[in-house]
Amino acid sequence: MSTLAEVVRSLDWSPLWISLKTGAVATIISFFLGLWAARKVIKRDYRAKSVIDGILTLPMVLPPTVAGFLLLLIFSRRRPLGIFLNDRFDISVVHTWLGCIIAATVISFPLMYRNARSAFEQIDPNLVYAGRTLGMSETAIFWKVVVPAAGPGIAGGTILTFARAMGEYGATSMLAGNIPGKTGTVSQKIAMVIQDGDYITAGIWVIIVLLIAFAAVFLINMVTGRRFRNTKRW
Amino acid sequence: MKRLYADIHLKRGDFALDILIESGAERIGILGSSGSGKSMTLRSIAGIEEIASGSVVINGKTLFDSSKRINLPPQKRNTGYMFQNYALFPTMSVIRNVMAGLKGGKAEKIDKASDMLTRLDIYDLRDRLPGELSGGQQQRAALARILVTEPELILLDEPFSALDGYLRDRLQMEMMEILEDYKGQLIMVSHSRDELYRFSDELFVIRDGRVLRSGETRSVFRDPGSVDAARLTGCKNFSEVQVEDRHTMRALDWGIDLKLEREIPEGTRFIGYRAHYFEPVWGMRKQNCIPLDLIRIDELPFEKYYYLRPAGKSSRDDVICWFVQEDQQNKIEERGLPDYLRLKEDNILMLK
Repeated sequence: MSTLAEVVRSLDWSPLWISLKTGAVATIISFFLGLWAARKVIKRDYRAKSVIDGILTLPMVLPPTVAGFLLLLIFSRRRPLGIFLNDRFDISVVHTWLGCIIAATVISFPLMYRNARSAFEQIDPNLVYAGRTLGMSETAIFWKVVVPAAGPGIAGGTILTFARAMGEYGATSMLAGNIPGKTGTVSQKIAMVIQDGDYITAGIWVIIVLLIAFAAVFLINMVTGRRFRNTKRW
Repeated sequence: MKRLYADIHLKRGDFALDILIESGAERIGILGSSGSGKSMTLRSIAGIEEIASGSVVINGKTLFDSSKRINLPPQKRNTGYMFQNYALFPTMSVIRNVMAGLKGGKAEKIDKASDMLTRLDIYDLRDRLPGELSGGQQQRAALARILVTEPELILLDEPFSALDGYLRDRLQMEMMEILEDYKGQLIMVSHSRDELYRFSDELFVIRDGRVLRSGETRSVFRDPGSVDAARLTGCKNFSEVQVEDRHTMRALDWGIDLKLEREIPEGTRFIGYRAHYFEPVWGMRKQNCIPLDLIRIDELPFEKYYYLRPAGKSSRDDVICWFVQEDQQNKIEERGLPDYLRLKEDNILMLK
């Protein structure tokens, strides 16, 4: 049995980098997709809203393994889309880092979308109308008025999205697998070393994850809390 | 040639708006209570509310015409819309707010915006956020943002209704001064007859999505035409009448007969009488008098409302309201309560 110091010294840091990279890329994709979807959805009437909202939120409420299974069905190299991507663009999703990103994006997207949507719904619609009567283009209104006004909610959503994308396990293990140095994320590493009975390595990774998770929540509170710094305490 | 033509028809749930506003006046007022459709009218003109049918034409330029399938987006309508809460962009500084609606290079935009801020005397506040401004400063910033785009028509949507007494009057005066040299037409909607009496050359009184009465402001107040319109202009006392002949009628709700010099217009079914026009009479009853049967007095700092029961009525709703100013108050203290209140013929509103 090795000592803690030895384990730390010989620790393979690649899971951390893979997780961070995956989290970052998935967050960027989810950010833009989420804002875009939220903007489209709030323009719809009540009925269409409920249906589209349900579909877009599904990945969040499904067990991640179910989502992973569905993704595997879609991207498998034995199925039309997988064959098409592989033959045409030489892209493969299953057991690659791209798979990590897709799994993390799909699972984390609803968080971005829902937070952006509720932030958009809370802004004063007169701001949009004012922009229109002033002659601003819809794009300018969206990026210069709506997004900044919804800033705290969007920032909170982004951080949650990042945290969720980084910690993704279920769908990732189905789609991308756990290939060390390639698709081996922190979450999968922890599961693996615990199966091997290596509680020291698992403990180190757990501490790292806890630190990152706490930093994320702290950051959200700093960003979203500033707006409410003058609210009454009760 | 300044000319606004707005023929607007739309439905929202149970509410229907069917309105025609046509005016060459510089300042147009729309008077109505909340839910009457007055804001919706403004929003339809600006293009931020969808019209089902009709047309909107400003100075010969068609903004909307359902029969010709013309429907310019709000961006192309060139109207300035003043929102009740000003709708300044909260994350932008004052100068960025003013620049938001401008086209062209950055330097040019800064120049134009700076000139406008200087003109409105808020150049020193250019780097502040809207949240750091007082109500009056926000109003100026919102006006600067509108004026800098040189709109053909400015729409003022209840700009003062969220404010209280003193500030409201001051801000209205300030706004009037700023808008003094604005060349286009202005429309203001409000539920306040005082604001609109001060503001408008031409007045449209609306209720339930329809125009009840329109015309030169003073003449609308003098002759509102219907009970609903008269009530919106502030008239408090109404009675159904039965016309006996050309010069006499019976005010059924007040239990008195009225004899007039002038002819009673045909079709008169109601009369209205404003609370501050009653003339107190001591001693002998004269013509067109109501016996004073006092129910209660409502005291305000500088004036009082006397509530009277008309002859033969017991219901609380049928009370007559008499508005007594301070100078008259002294007279009442001297001589006691008057025995009668006289209706002066010229002040009787003949209504349909």
